[in-house]
Amino acid sequence: MAEVTNTQTRSAAATETAAAQLTALRSKKPRSLWSDAWRQFRKHKLALTGMIILAMLVLATLVGPLVWTKDRSAIDFAQALKGPSFSNPMGTDDLGRDIFARILWGGRISLAVGVSAMLVAISLGTMVGAISGFFGGVIDSILMRITDMFISLPALPLLLLTIYLFRDKLRAQFGPNLGIFLLIVFLIGILNWMPVARLVRASFLSLKEKEFVEAARCVGASRSSIMLRHIMPNVLGPVIVAATLAVGGAIITESALSFLGLGFPPDIPTWGRLLLDSINFMELAPWMVIFPALVIFLAVLSINYVGDGLRDALDPRRTH
Amino acid sequence: MGRYILRRVLTAIPTLIAISMVIFGILALAPGDPLSDLALNPSVPPEVRQRIRKNLGLEDPIPVRYARWASSMFRLDFGYSFRTRAPVSDLLRDRIPTTLYISGAAFIVSLLIAIPIGVLSAVKQYSVFDNVATTLAFIGFSLPTFCTGLLMILLFTIKLGWLPSIYRTTIDTPGLAGVWEHIKQAIMPVMVLALFQAATFMRFVRASMLESIHQDYVRTARSKGLAERRVITAHALRNALIPVVTIVALSLPGIITGAVITEQIFRVPGMGSLLISSINNNDTPVVMAIAFIFSILVVFFNLVADVVYGVLDPRIKYG
Repeated sequence: MAEVTNTQTRSAAATETAAAQLTALRSKKPRSLWSDAWRQFRKHKLALTGMIILAMLVLATLVGPLVWTKDRSAIDFAQALKGPSFSNPMGTDDLGRDIFARILWGGRISLAVGVSAMLVAISLGTMVGAISGFFGGVIDSILMRITDMFISLPALPLLLLTIYLFRDKLRAQFGPNLGIFLLIVFLIGILNWMPVARLVRASFLSLKEKEFVEAARCVGASRSSIMLRHIMPNVLGPVIVAATLAVGGAIITESALSFLGLGFPPDIPTWGRLLLDSINFMELAPWMVIFPALVIFLAVLSINYVGDGLRDALDPRRTH
Repeated sequence: MGRYILRRVLTAIPTLIAISMVIFGILALAPGDPLSDLALNPSVPPEVRQRIRKNLGLEDPIPVRYARWASSMFRLDFGYSFRTRAPVSDLLRDRIPTTLYISGAAFIVSLLIAIPIGVLSAVKQYSVFDNVATTLAFIGFSLPTFCTGLLMILLFTIKLGWLPSIYRTTIDTPGLAGVWEHIKQAIMPVMVLALFQAATFMRFVRASMLESIHQDYVRTARSKGLAERRVITAHALRNALIPVVTIVALSLPGIITGAVITEQIFRVPGMGSLLISSINNNDTPVVMAIAFIFSILVVFFNLVADVVYGVLDPRIKYG
């Protein structure tokens, strides 16, 4: 008898603790996919450092010109080719303009081109890849032929050729700065969507056969809702990684164009342009080379590390 | 095998035609009139201008113009330079060898750097060497060539005075001294291209090597008592290089077009610097010809990559 009551009380106690544990669990915030990713991302020290540096760069270009109020285009020959000092932290150029102010201002353009070109490339690539992978058949093979053709285009020469042929027209239409901005963003976008399209297509091909898609189809979800609400969120991880790396690539391409003298007009001090301007004064003013090169390098390196960290964080198979 | 190569060659033709259409399309859509100079000339009446246009075939429908343009392009007849009045092919003949020499050397140097480091990195995964090498490779491909190029000039020409920053084809010092001068001036342009490329290649070699090192045939080689060195070089590396060869062949056109920037930095008189100067001089025939040649190179090396892959990997069916 005593034994039975004993077991009863024990089991009652066990139920109670289990219930307490359950409520404790429930009151804790559930871990979402994104919080998991963040937890994973934080472990990647270099990616975290990259993100902090990148955030600082973005902040500096956005807020910097408001705080550092030195005029980026004020010419002062008395101050020409002066090394880094208190009043000019990165020195001055051949016309006595403050390089720090120019880098801050030019960064806006370089970063804006990078992000906008990435948006063009990613949206085009995702669209082509999703349609190709989801519908398959003739649509798929036509779109993939087009993708293959774009991959075999020589990117840099075509970029130069198109800018050469179209820049005057667009400048006349949209003004000298907006015209070249639109042209560069559009061109970098249209020459870089192919890897994203292939990636998205491959994911769509495998995901559309999965049970959850079948289930969605069974409950009568429309095609567009299956594509956008059921499959797309699962493709988002790799697309975000590709997007991050695309920003770095676009910044390099824009700087290269400016460096070749085929980017923005000379009065817009993008980072590549600053390097181009420095060539003739390298011997007298090495800081004219070092600082712009350093900013380009920091921006691209930190973006690449963030991309690397995101790749690890967003891939559930890599979670330990 | 012969049929496989033939099939690859045949599929390259439509690609080439498609690319030539894109280039022509860009030109045809472009605003501006090739005879705009005549429009400004008051001594040429509009009727005469119209007749010249007609004689030049500018009034024909676009497909006809494309066919004419493409047939002369494929016969390597690029017309005459607006600026120098010389045939474009003559201009190119001087420039192409320089570009191929610089980019070819860069290509070889990048492989000589990337393969040993990539293999060692994979064999000693997570070691100090591996960490340093992968970090350097990461930094390497985040540094665009125009940054490294200028920084190298700053260091080796201006600070140390070891290497010239300008590439000259007119060196005529006789004997070994001349040869050495030629080599010396090529060091920086080649290294700038090679280091950037080596960073990319090294990552591929390492990844591919890591994959093959854990295969069964490597364990078999080890268990039959082969020396570790032989296991790595003869068994693991040989298989790991198959995918690497494709990447390497596919990136060749990138190296050649990437030379546009290096040539500009070091004033190398190659195709890239000709392209930039022709753009600045509004010399359309030369610009078009160079864009076209670059496209041919891309298609050609894609073809080479495909064929080499087929030859190296017997698992691929020659269907």
